[in-house]
Amino acid sequence: MTRYILRRLAAMPFLILGVVTLAFLLTAVTKGDPLTAIISDRQMNNPEVVAAARAKWGLDRSLPERYLIYVGNLLQGDMGTSFITRRPVAQDVLYRLPATMELVIAALIVGSSMGITLGVLAAAFRNTVVDHVARLFALIGSSIPVFWMGLALLYVFSVKWGIMPGPGRVDPRAALPPSVTGFLTIDTLLAGHLRLFLDALWHLLLPAFVLGWAVAGTISRLVRANMLEVLSREFILTARAKGAGERRVILRHALRNTLVPTLTVIGYSFAYLLTGAVLTETIFSWPGMGSYAVEAARGLDFPAIIGVTIVGGVIFLITNLITDVAYVVANPRVRLG
Amino acid sequence: MMPATGTTPLFEVRDLRVTFEKRGRSLEAVRGISLHVAPGEVLGVVGESGSGKSLGMLASIGLQPRGARVSGSVRFKGRELTELPRAEMRSLRGSRIAMIFQDPLSSLNPVMTVGAQIAEAVWLHNPGMSKRAAMDRAKDLLALVAIPQPDRRISQYPHEFSGGMRQRVMIAMAVANDPDLLIADEPTTALDVTVQAQIMGVLAELQQRLKLGMILITHDLGVLAGHADRVAVVYAGRVVEEAGVNDLFARPGHPYTRGLIASIPNMASQTDRLFSIEGSPPPIGTLPPGCPFAPRCPMARDICRRDAPPMLFEGAHGAACHFAFDRAGRAA
Repeated sequence: MTRYILRRLAAMPFLILGVVTLAFLLTAVTKGDPLTAIISDRQMNNPEVVAAARAKWGLDRSLPERYLIYVGNLLQGDMGTSFITRRPVAQDVLYRLPATMELVIAALIVGSSMGITLGVLAAAFRNTVVDHVARLFALIGSSIPVFWMGLALLYVFSVKWGIMPGPGRVDPRAALPPSVTGFLTIDTLLAGHLRLFLDALWHLLLPAFVLGWAVAGTISRLVRANMLEVLSREFILTARAKGAGERRVILRHALRNTLVPTLTVIGYSFAYLLTGAVLTETIFSWPGMGSYAVEAARGLDFPAIIGVTIVGGVIFLITNLITDVAYVVANPRVRLG
Repeated sequence: MMPATGTTPLFEVRDLRVTFEKRGRSLEAVRGISLHVAPGEVLGVVGESGSGKSLGMLASIGLQPRGARVSGSVRFKGRELTELPRAEMRSLRGSRIAMIFQDPLSSLNPVMTVGAQIAEAVWLHNPGMSKRAAMDRAKDLLALVAIPQPDRRISQYPHEFSGGMRQRVMIAMAVANDPDLLIADEPTTALDVTVQAQIMGVLAELQQRLKLGMILITHDLGVLAGHADRVAVVYAGRVVEEAGVNDLFARPGHPYTRGLIASIPNMASQTDRLFSIEGSPPPIGTLPPGCPFAPRCPMARDICRRDAPPMLFEGAHGAACHFAFDRAGRAA
């Protein structure tokens, strides 16, 4: 077990280097000229200004040279300077990452608890109204795009009925607590601001639901199918022969066996959530990585684009590792050397 | 109908039928099984796979698969089980009536420790009991089925046990609440030949010690020779012969039983080739009129293909054959 984790950790630097290289090369093959993002249109006609800007941002060097410099800087935690914000990309990312992680983790919790609950109910009451409703709910969640769902729910619950807060992470008039973790729900609690904590939680609810619904659909279908398969196995008959009731058979005997394969899908859906967060953040004015990425892409802000890609890639690698380790922990039959 | 056995039966099944509805057609897999077990008695139920013997026994204690319709009467200590509310049936299962299954590899929950699974059986029927006490009882039960080092074994998972050991765990679980009746569904079929005898030994010993009434389901008549008091032979969803075990081997009344006996491998016999019954049992829903065994029977006559034979008795020995007990002349 420990050896397995160590082996996986040892592979991480190489995987990360791969992510860095790909992210760097992808921007290199992009047709757009990043200079348009750096200097104004009028000055683009001034060769002196253009040459100076090229030299300043290192765009006059060859691609391999730029790559080596970038990797060298990256090793020191320097991801370059954003063309748009003119701040170090690492600083921007560090500031925005917690907002995204808070949203994605909340969405993962909402999505998997909804998905598992619905899946279990659908399997337990298969071919009844409960099953059909769960199927419809799953279908809506996984087929309607998050940006549309976000807009619709925001309009109905916030604008029309006014029972949910508008976009943003908290009431914009509120004085924010000192940033410790960057997770507003945690920082407000640390500062002892209960009212602000509830406000942050309240703001988190709708975007997390929208994003979570999208994965809840997939998870619930998977849980249902796995649960039905597990329920047909012989040890379920053993449990019934012991005198276990239906609820116990499902929750104690079948569910855990169902969750082992489901865990993998929940882990991998993290990647989907990260992608989905980009659109959700845009709709809900969520100051996270997603909205940062959108601005960066729009403005051909290459350092920011590469930075966001690398951070996203690394998060993906880490969640995969956690998923695989969790799979081993949950499944006593798998013993890894 | 039923011959007197002297004692009141512990478990009595009458005309048990299990039917599946499939695309508007109803398929009868169990077509009226009747049998009875006295307290402390071992009844062997023998038949080919698909004969309905396992399904019938599962259905008798309410463990039929989804969508199966069960009719008939099942009495346990005089109580009618088919009319029992679900919760009461549940409280009987695992406490008064226990069951073990064919394949110990798949009969245990792979993600629960062996101890937790045995303790669950104890604890489900002793709600006031602490988890700790249930675990202690589980340890004792492991020792009872001769599993060495129960203290260590109790916290292991099923995959850390061999097939024979897992079947011992199943037996421990089944006798956890000192049941009156144990239904063992092909308990040795999935095991190595060398282990089979050990498991039968454990079962026989516990049966004696706990005075269990037992239904031993098997397709191997040979197993029953040493372990059953009486035998019921099931063919095509019905009991076709029942008798005391010695009587059955000495004077089988049904040609199917004779075929089964002849196909037991015998070390002493001189022939190289094993006897086998020609053909295969009829698939459910496609029974011929008359005797269901007629198409495979070496002595079938016109009457067999026309009329279903009634159960003919000679004392406690019954056989559903027109020609049972040499009644050839009378039947024709």
